[in-house]
Amino acid sequence: MNITPIKSIKDLPLEDNLFPGTAMCAGCGGLLALRHCLKALGEKTVIVNAAGCFTLLSIYPFTPFKGSWLYTAMASAPAGAQGVRDALDILIKKGRIKQDEDLKVVVLTGDGAAYDMGLSSTSGAIYRNLDFYYICYDNEAYGNTGFQWSGATPYASKTGTTPVGKFNPTGAEVSKKNLFEIWRSHKPPYLATISPAHQVDLFNKFKKAEEYKGPKLFISHSPCPPGWATDPSHSVKLAKLSVDTGIWALKEAIYGEVRHTLVPKKFKPVEEYLEGQGRFTHLFKPVRQEDTISKIQEMVNEYWKGVKE
Amino acid sequence: MAKEMLTGNAAAAWGVRLAEVDYIPAYPVTPQTEIIETIARWISNGDMDARFVTMDSEHSMITAAGAASAAGVRAFTASSSQGLLYGFEMLYTVAGWRVPLVMVNVSRGLSAPITLEPDHNDILAARDCGFLQIHCETCQEVLDSILIAYRIAEDEKILLPVFVNLDGFLLSFTREPVEIPLLDDVKKFLPAYTPKHAFFRSGKPMAQGVSVLGGPIYSYFKYQMHLAAMNGLAVYKEVCKEFENIFGRRYDTTDGYMLEDAEYVLIMMDSFSTLGKAAVKKAREKGIKAGLLRLRLLRPFPERDIMAAIKGKKAAAVLDQNISIGKGGILHSEIAGAMFNEKERPLLLSFIGGLGGKNISPVEFEFIFDTMINAEKTGVVPEPHLLYTEAEWKEMERVKKIAGKV
Ligand SMILES: Cc1ncc(C[n+]2csc(CCOP(=O)(O)OP(=O)(O)O)c2C)c(N)n1
Ligand code: SF4
Ligand SMILES: [Mg+2]
Repeated sequence: MNITPIKSIKDLPLEDNLFPGTAMCAGCGGLLALRHCLKALGEKTVIVNAAGCFTLLSIYPFTPFKGSWLYTAMASAPAGAQGVRDALDILIKKGRIKQDEDLKVVVLTGDGAAYDMGLSSTSGAIYRNLDFYYICYDNEAYGNTGFQWSGATPYASKTGTTPVGKFNPTGAEVSKKNLFEIWRSHKPPYLATISPAHQVDLFNKFKKAEEYKGPKLFISHSPCPPGWATDPSHSVKLAKLSVDTGIWALKEAIYGEVRHTLVPKKFKPVEEYLEGQGRFTHLFKPVRQEDTISKIQEMVNEYWKGVKE
Repeated sequence: MAKEMLTGNAAAAWGVRLAEVDYIPAYPVTPQTEIIETIARWISNGDMDARFVTMDSEHSMITAAGAASAAGVRAFTASSSQGLLYGFEMLYTVAGWRVPLVMVNVSRGLSAPITLEPDHNDILAARDCGFLQIHCETCQEVLDSILIAYRIAEDEKILLPVFVNLDGFLLSFTREPVEIPLLDDVKKFLPAYTPKHAFFRSGKPMAQGVSVLGGPIYSYFKYQMHLAAMNGLAVYKEVCKEFENIFGRRYDTTDGYMLEDAEYVLIMMDSFSTLGKAAVKKAREKGIKAGLLRLRLLRPFPERDIMAAIKGKKAAAVLDQNISIGKGGILHSEIAGAMFNEKERPLLLSFIGGLGGKNISPVEFEFIFDTMINAEKTGVVPEPHLLYTEAEWKEMERVKKIAGKV
């Protein structure tokens, strides 16, 4: 492969393909990730979006993108990508547009669409080996509707539909679905997790993915100040902490073969990550829920034990 | 020109082939499946230069079809009943994208109880979504309507998707002689699709399907769709005139049978109209001045044409092959609404029949005409009737007994 990975943040392109001034919240981790994804993807893109916060990126008569945009519905953005990709291929094949008018087709959805409602359409698109990118910004809940429990919500998170109370001191009682593994079981050419705090890793993954035809899938852990009940200025720090504690593993899988792209030298205790977030405060106040905190730590330990073996 | 014996489904597939459709995302559902299988076979044989994808659901299928249309190709898809409802969200969505998709619906009753046989609750559920609707009585009409549908959908005064509807089984699986037009003639009638309003390509970025904030912007776009649909009345007539000039077959917004001097008018849609026409003929033999009005273009609703057709008649009876639970016949409501401000209007009766493919027998049609005559005599319009024969009732009693419900 003839790509040289960049080494430092200084090597990132200065040009942006996503302009500022959108309606997203201050400190939106997903938006930061998206900005860097688009630095790598370039401006010849058409983003096919599903219902979620990012649907409000393009509000008539404005769009913040240098490329094109199509909002579909919550469940079927990958099917929209199928239609657009196929149409572009047909137009090129039949000589109705030129090859250099082609676009990269990029699905952009939240976790609710990716982990839950859109699983069928995503599985179909991957299985059909559709040549597209998929960026899932995972803020670990249905954010746009005010932060309710989704298949991506982590164990013990408080959300609008997993409220903490006398009969449920924990919050979300089951742990997050493993979307990486669900997608990986399809053996797509390229699959990776990314983080808005690891922009060099993110950029290099997109550049690497470019070499493959077929589904190129990305899941970005995405701090969400209003939902996580955190200060907007802490988003990058939290994104970093989720990696440093081992909660968010940075990895890639090429045709299903997994490789971790960053293994922390020394793991920070999960507590450091949990503590600062309103959605987990019940684990610390009014009484410390030792069992729940250690359970989370054990889940993380268990994961990395598997990695090292 | 030679005619071939084709099923309604095969005729639909021929329409798609002659329209030189580029893209067909599909999903199987009885009684539609023969359409997509036929197209898939032609593509596989090289008879059709198009791309075919079996999707994971109708929701995905309509999304893909609409998205491809938004990217600038001529797209087609088809469904029926459960499938149509599964994709329902996307009907409104792609109509709002203003893409000229043509979709066939093969009518079938809706679950529960689950059935395979036809009625019109599926297609009428999609009445308000922004797709225009053409309803067919014959296999020839199915083929021709697909060509007409693309012309209308792609007209710059319209730019809305169009449904072509045919009844499951009675038309989908029934062979009739169909004249297959020559491709050169079709090309004259339906030029290649070259969109100016919706496409995706580099150097010309475009945001489609964007969100709006606030009622005024939303209202503007919604009402624009309505106005475009209403343009469809005139465009439909122009297009059908052209169609007649080239192919010699004429399609008005409605189809009248022995209507001119009729006093009692039966109003119907789709393939059961053939039964209705036979009943009209029989009634005429008995001296009843009967006639039939078949609604062909349902959206846009040709209110003026319908009113003109029933003006001066003594009574009209709408035979709805659908039921709005808790209200009654849907077409009856629509026609009653259209008549309200007419000064001279016939009595309007409501009948519900043919649900889930239930046959409508000659006796039932006779009953409709007798009821109309009686209403005209007494001036009293009866409550809506469900058409159901004595024999059917007895049979129902028998199966209920088997089910242990006496
Ligand atoms: C079919 C359907 N059901 C429900 C909704 C309501 N809805 C809009 S956005 C949203 C949340 C999406 O969550 P996610 O995909 O995680 O994106 P986020 O809002 O977090 O950005 C929901 C449930 C919808 N738009 N469509
Ligand atoms: S709610 Fe969260 S994900 Fe949505 S825009 Fe705000 S910060 Fe971003
Ligand atoms: Mg979310």
